[in-house]
Amino acid sequence: MSQSFVPDFASAPTAAAVASGVRRGELSARDVLDQYLDRIRMREGQVHAFNLVMEEAARARAAEVDQAVAAGGDPGPLAGVPVALKDLLCTHGVPTTCSSRILEGWAPPYDATVVTRLRAAGAVVVGKTNMDEFAMGSSTEHSAFGPTRNPHDVTRVPGGSSGGSAAAVAAGFATVSLGTDTGGSIRQPASLCGVVGAKPTYGMVSRYGLVAFASSLDQIGPFARNVADAALVLDVIGGHDEHDSTSLPGDGPQAASNLGRGVEGIRVGVISELEGALGIAPDVASRVREAAEALAAAGAKVEHVSVPSVRYGLSAYYMIAPAEASSNLARYDGVRYGLRVRGDDITDMYIATRSAGFGPEVKRRIMLGTYALSAGYYDAYYGKAQKVRTLIIRDFEAAYRSFDVLLSPTAPTTAFALGAKMSDPLTMYLNDVCTIPSNLAGHPAMSVPFGCGDDGLPVGAQVLAPALGEPVMFQVAEVLEASAPARGGES
Amino acid sequence: MSAIALAGWETVIGLEVHCELRTRTKLFCGCPNVFGEEPNTRVCPVCLGLPGSLPVLNRQAVDYAIRIGTALHCRVQPSIFHRKNYFYPDMPKDFQISQYDIPINAEGWLVLPSGKRIGIVRAHIEEDTGKTTHIGGGGRIHQAGYSLVDYNRAGVPLVEIVSAPDLRGAEEAREYVEELRAILVATGASDGKMEEGSLRVDCNVSVRVAGSAEFGTRCEIKNMNSLRSLGRAIAYEAARQVELVEAGEAVVQETRHWDEADGRTHSMRSKEEAFDYRYFPEPDLVTLAPDEAWVTGAREHLPVLPAERRARVAEAACVPVSTEAVATVVRLDLDGLVAAAVAAKADPGLALRRLANEVAGELDGRSGGDIEASAFVRLVHMEQGGELTPAQARTVLKTLVAQGGDPAVIAAGLGFEALATGALAAVVDQVIAANPREWERYTGGDDKLAGFFIGKVKAATGGNADLRAANDLLRQRRSG
Amino acid sequence: MAQPLSKQDVAHVARLARLALSEEELEQFTSQLASVLEHAADIEALDIAAVPPTAHPVPLSNVLREDEPRPCLDRDEVLAQAPDVESGRFRIPRILGEAP
Repeated sequence: MSQSFVPDFASAPTAAAVASGVRRGELSARDVLDQYLDRIRMREGQVHAFNLVMEEAARARAAEVDQAVAAGGDPGPLAGVPVALKDLLCTHGVPTTCSSRILEGWAPPYDATVVTRLRAAGAVVVGKTNMDEFAMGSSTEHSAFGPTRNPHDVTRVPGGSSGGSAAAVAAGFATVSLGTDTGGSIRQPASLCGVVGAKPTYGMVSRYGLVAFASSLDQIGPFARNVADAALVLDVIGGHDEHDSTSLPGDGPQAASNLGRGVEGIRVGVISELEGALGIAPDVASRVREAAEALAAAGAKVEHVSVPSVRYGLSAYYMIAPAEASSNLARYDGVRYGLRVRGDDITDMYIATRSAGFGPEVKRRIMLGTYALSAGYYDAYYGKAQKVRTLIIRDFEAAYRSFDVLLSPTAPTTAFALGAKMSDPLTMYLNDVCTIPSNLAGHPAMSVPFGCGDDGLPVGAQVLAPALGEPVMFQVAEVLEASAPARGGES
Repeated sequence: MSAIALAGWETVIGLEVHCELRTRTKLFCGCPNVFGEEPNTRVCPVCLGLPGSLPVLNRQAVDYAIRIGTALHCRVQPSIFHRKNYFYPDMPKDFQISQYDIPINAEGWLVLPSGKRIGIVRAHIEEDTGKTTHIGGGGRIHQAGYSLVDYNRAGVPLVEIVSAPDLRGAEEAREYVEELRAILVATGASDGKMEEGSLRVDCNVSVRVAGSAEFGTRCEIKNMNSLRSLGRAIAYEAARQVELVEAGEAVVQETRHWDEADGRTHSMRSKEEAFDYRYFPEPDLVTLAPDEAWVTGAREHLPVLPAERRARVAEAACVPVSTEAVATVVRLDLDGLVAAAVAAKADPGLALRRLANEVAGELDGRSGGDIEASAFVRLVHMEQGGELTPAQARTVLKTLVAQGGDPAVIAAGLGFEALATGALAAVVDQVIAANPREWERYTGGDDKLAGFFIGKVKAATGGNADLRAANDLLRQRRSG
Repeated sequence: MAQPLSKQDVAHVARLARLALSEEELEQFTSQLASVLEHAADIEALDIAAVPPTAHPVPLSNVLREDEPRPCLDRDEVLAQAPDVESGRFRIPRILGEAP
């Protein structure tokens, strides 16, 4: 196995510990930040988790936090916690590129709601992380600025599309980070990088300021080294936002509300269709079986459950997501911001700009999506996919009548080698087979590290819950975390 | 092509009217909805379509849309928004948020002053685009060197009202736009200012042999900025199509651009193929389902609309509702004066005639709001009771409209008093006595001589006689 | 929809999406997209005419905002990011066609 850049976190405080330490005046936000900046300086060159490290801004913010505490104030529940942001979350005055040439250097004139909430909670943003261009990909190899490498083995991918955010946490460049998940783009990299990654219920976290990929599927969520930190961050960023019409009313995720309760009597359904078929590697399947056994040993009622429509999820997703994306990405036309390539007339300019500005995976998906929506094809492709979505929702509803949570692998394999899946897009798309159904249904799901594959690389177990099921999902995830086998090979 | 050449042909028209709503802010964001500001000073991430922005629907815009729907007798129903995808620089997102197969208002109608009912297919909500200015080439799009874009108008709320192809001819099309505009202004949803672009009209025109049941191929005509342009464009386009069909050629279904300067429509074939809008439901917005209370409330709070006002005037004056005088009186907001006449037991028919003819003529486009109701009613009474002759009444009325005042005072000032009936009878008898030979012919059946005698009476009274009363007296004398 | 995706289809769709493809890209994208669509044949075969579509999973309705003005962006900040500006407006090359 090649060189690992995963630090020994035994001595590194959790986000919760940092925040409480800073709020009590026992820890200095500047000191905490320095440790992270040191690690970034030493290892970012090999990992390439960031598109932009915001050292100066971070130092200024950390100083502000310390001053606030010194003056007797309370900076908030994430006081002094270094956080990294996936580079499609708008940060006012700071470049937000979506890892695309078409937005290279573009600085939004406003903050995303989640960014505003993090800042209000006292968090310190350390940088914008690398990603697959416009969130389209499962390996972060489709970035216009070069791939991110898996900190466990830098010859391997970190997963995608939030590979940079996952790697940043795994490599100790940030305590927590934010990613986005449309078809698995938080959970799959979390699994490949051995960290916790959670996608909330659709509508639980505001999408205002999230550069849209597929509007009916996109959600923002946290990466962290442990379940409690992920819950803490989710509770800070989640909850109703008047700027997002699809934002759920109510009390927010309440992700931490059931922590510490254990799983006695909780009904866990292991999804039969995702046990071994559909390209799931045997070592991954074994870890998930062990995860199920661990939950049973902790008092949960564990059985198999069939969710038949999940096998259609991939096809439905690859109609719906590209269709919405083709529309969401039309605005990148060289008129108002971003890249412009000259043309004799406006149409020539559109074509020249978009052809130069988008990478091949983005072009593929735009064309696939345009095709699926075009005259004569809507009913057969997009229209039909929306009906498959209904089937998946119904199957999940049936499953949740008998179970509280469901269990499956997160990703079919451990981290694959850079370049291994680039020649055939379909091979890459198969990475999302376990994660996609939750996006289509709008349900929460998260990945918890659970042991290693035969190659010593991390495996994640996926916990799925019904809509608004964040409390029970985190409750079960916490127990999985506690019973996870130790992973070897960390330096 | 002359009107004679178009005889035998029928011009079929459907109109799409875009109405800007009088909300304080835009449809999906809080930017002020104002006209005429410095470019790009009324924009935000949402109406600029910046990456990451999201739309949130304006409640007042929905309320106006419901008012319009109820005023047009539409079914107000739960609806969703769709994206209409195409590339054009005045559209920040390169798609427009609109409504497609499930609009908020469907299947309504309105009644023209002529009495004809025109179907309204739908009236849906959508966002407006920004404005492009073409530089070089005389401001026309084809010869322009480059263009400039201002997004202040992007995101302003619109209701698009689509009529059924029930209109026949340019005149009827104009009548429809005027009636629709009056309705929209009455609901409070629009300020009706076509000259500021708050009301815009596109039309679909086709021709067919008169009496035929099948529709011809239609063309969409855009870029008419006034009612006059609309009329001219329809007339040109109808003639163009008739000429093609008579020459054995087919009318190509296309969008054409009206050129005000050269008075023609031009084909707008651009280098892209026909637009494929790839409509799909807008994922960033949720279902709009106004409850019964909202719709009923909107309907109940509608003011009296033009058609109802015409009906009331017609009923009061005992004339058919399609009488042109009725339409004129309502259009000039003079119907209150008819109501005042009725209330004061003045002759409503006479009131109607005077308003539609003399007052309308005198106002010449100005508002009739200044005319004092009791003064007008007094004048009608004076004419009705014979205190003034019709000619005198008309003269007093002109002064009343121009300057206001008391009609009795005005009449006295002009030296008008109609001859009392007794004095008039004496004059008639004198004239008869002075012209025995003509009188013999008249009583013998030569009715034309009535005019001779009336002329004599007029001369004898210096024009102060009520000539109708004089005519009555002559006939009485003849038969009595 | 059993018709396989042709190069013409891909060229047409590229035009709709304002993308220019080289001959090589056209070949490559055609075969890649065709294989994705082939994979989607499994849902094509489903008989689900009676199943209602889900446009998105959030069962909300009537999310409305009051008609109250909010601050606008500063024009300088907006135009600072623009590729080409003249007289406070976005400058673009000539447009050849009317808006639809």
